[in-house]
Amino acid sequence: METRIDFYPTHQHAGYKLRAGKHFPFGASLVPGGVNFSIFSRHATASTLVLYNKRASTPLVEIPFPDAFRIGNTWAMVVFDLDYETIEYGYRMAGPWDPIAGHRFDPSKVLLDPYAKAVGGRDVWGTPPDWSQAFPHRGRLVFEDFDWEDDRPLETPVEDLIIYEAHIRSFTAHPSSRVKFPGTFAGLMEKIDYLQSLGINCIELMPVFEFDEFENSRPSPLEGETLYNYWGYSTVGFFAPKAGYAATGALGMQVDEFKNLVKQLHKAGIEVILDVVFNHTAEGNELGSTISFRGLDNQTYYMLTPEGYYYNFSGCGNTLNCNNPVVRNMVLDCLRYWAAEYHIDGFRFDLAAILGRDPRGAPLPNPPLLESLAYDPILGKCKLIAEAWDAGGLYQVGSFPAYGRWAEWNGKYRDDLRRFLKGDMGMVGPLAQRLQGSPDLYGGGRGPTASVNFITCHDGFTLYDMVSYNDKHNETNGEDNRDGGNDNHSWNCGTEGPTDDPAINELRQRQLKNALTLLMVSQGVPMLLMGDEVGRTKRGNNNTYCHDNLLNWFDWNLLDENADLLRYCQHIIAFRRGHKQLRLGYFGNTVWHGTRAEDADWSAGSRVLAFTLDGRDMGDDAFIYVAANAYWDALPFVLPSLPVGTTWHLAANTGMAAPRDISALGEEPALEQQGSILVGGRSVVVLVGR
Amino acid sequence: MAFNATLEMNGSDAKITLSGELDAAVAEQFKATVEEAATHNPTNLVLFVNNLGFMASAGLRVLVFAKQKMGQRVSIYVIGAHGPVLNTLQVSGFHQAVYLQDSYPV
Repeated sequence: METRIDFYPTHQHAGYKLRAGKHFPFGASLVPGGVNFSIFSRHATASTLVLYNKRASTPLVEIPFPDAFRIGNTWAMVVFDLDYETIEYGYRMAGPWDPIAGHRFDPSKVLLDPYAKAVGGRDVWGTPPDWSQAFPHRGRLVFEDFDWEDDRPLETPVEDLIIYEAHIRSFTAHPSSRVKFPGTFAGLMEKIDYLQSLGINCIELMPVFEFDEFENSRPSPLEGETLYNYWGYSTVGFFAPKAGYAATGALGMQVDEFKNLVKQLHKAGIEVILDVVFNHTAEGNELGSTISFRGLDNQTYYMLTPEGYYYNFSGCGNTLNCNNPVVRNMVLDCLRYWAAEYHIDGFRFDLAAILGRDPRGAPLPNPPLLESLAYDPILGKCKLIAEAWDAGGLYQVGSFPAYGRWAEWNGKYRDDLRRFLKGDMGMVGPLAQRLQGSPDLYGGGRGPTASVNFITCHDGFTLYDMVSYNDKHNETNGEDNRDGGNDNHSWNCGTEGPTDDPAINELRQRQLKNALTLLMVSQGVPMLLMGDEVGRTKRGNNNTYCHDNLLNWFDWNLLDENADLLRYCQHIIAFRRGHKQLRLGYFGNTVWHGTRAEDADWSAGSRVLAFTLDGRDMGDDAFIYVAANAYWDALPFVLPSLPVGTTWHLAANTGMAAPRDISALGEEPALEQQGSILVGGRSVVVLVGR
Repeated sequence: MAFNATLEMNGSDAKITLSGELDAAVAEQFKATVEEAATHNPTNLVLFVNNLGFMASAGLRVLVFAKQKMGQRVSIYVIGAHGPVLNTLQVSGFHQAVYLQDSYPV
């Protein structure tokens, strides 16, 4: 390879050998004998590559790109004989400082490459940074020689998914996790057995792209501990895994560690979906820091007002200009990279409605980015899931531009299920829609798999808090309890927060099981929030974005303390996985009942609904009957008749105490009374007819 | 402790004994030793790492290179990995591509 004519140096600068580089791909790529650097800026007048030894405060060398190395709006250069292990890099861009026109070039700043595949500067989670460091987030070089063996994305049919939303650090940071490397990719790897025993087959990871946990960090006004940018919904490097999430981050091996995690999850039959944040960056508004895009080409990368300020549809200070063709290509390149190099199975797009706005913020009827993602060859089998709203008021649940590919976080499912469970009036009709996979939202050809059903997610209450608090309690966030949503549709079952009242605690446990059951018998794709299977609490805080403590950490002691709930969750998940008619890719035929068979009460005062699914038409030989009673007293439900030779068996009854509340799949006892069943107050019953 | 890599051929076994700290500065030396071992067409590549105190990404890269250079026909044994070296092999997943053992032959 060294003899190839196109890898001979042609230029020199300060002793470094150079030649004109390849303009594609953008970023830093290892080539024979050197490193190819390629960077875009439409409005810069000159570009300089700045090289550092790892963690050095002053540059090793600054190499201006010769004029001959620019084609169009890109500069590309090969630098030979660099030590890829010890080098960090960035750019200085020269150009106009004219904020009203959208230009904020400042050659005094060294900028992070948007395509950097590894980013140094926050190598070990929570290590206070050197605030005087002029170039805090630095590009690093990455070898892509990971041994995947025969691994590839699993391509599990979307209707078969059971998603588990988790946060890398929170999952194992608690000492009770007893893993070797708490709070890391390696830590999660040690808990794969647990995920398998739970029965989920897909893990959705809250942001793992490089972010700065110290962005807007501050002491808690109440307790003095540091509040962080903990969840990570503020990206610094879109192509780089979060080094602080890797046990090997200090060694610069976060790429290998994360790839190994994906590989091991795949071996366990678990898909990996990444929560990606393309709606804004960590640079904030005009008062924020200059890390990368602002100094590279502010006018291209951000949505700007006519006065040169930042549109704020994200609620985080700026809005990435995703339907600019250059930015659109960056998003595509990024996701292709994660799909191809990390074998990622799918993506959940934070505040995805923003991705459908034009550069001035107006919603587009045919957003080119969303269409491009839907039709991209490399992403062709990836799950694409939209959080179909944004902070600018664009709400597209049921109407997100789908192109036959996109699914949505179904916020209406969350709200309607919560309201039914707490006993609100007028919720039987909406519940029926949600149980079917929301045909009112996705009936126009999209089908139930467009609906990712969830009752809880990282935003808002945990499931336990949903049945334990009427109001949010966010005081420890330091914002006078103003942050976080107020429309929680929660009910504390009689008293606010923890209680010793056994009746209230029993009701809460029942409500937890009711929620888990309805989630698992709904058509669509269920998503479970990390820890809900064991009653995790955030003590009523519904916006724990800043807490690196017990409010977010998974307390593994709960596996013992709430063993009955965990067992129930495992069995109800197994029940779903064992019955194809609960996992249809199309809207099937549901027969509705009330307390009388085939006579549902749709009136506003009704709080009961039951249904049957006939598995004979749906790839399963069993019938399923579900009765949900959100009324406070027990009610007798007349059961629909079964074909001769088949009988009803009790799969689950949340009104019964453990272990009789649920049976293992295939071991359901036959009902003594085949004609009717008494469903307890605020209880759900699941029968299987065979 | 200075890095050292010594190669010894023993029949179809290529034995490399590593000591010191395997970082980027010395990875080329290790790579050259692996390449020399490959010229003998061994059946087993046996790496003794009991006295290796640290292995950076560059060292792992050479192991990956060794696996790819030798191909499927050559089994790679890593003998005596412990502490940070063992951690690095485990969290990067490379321990699944080699035979991790305390001694050789077992």
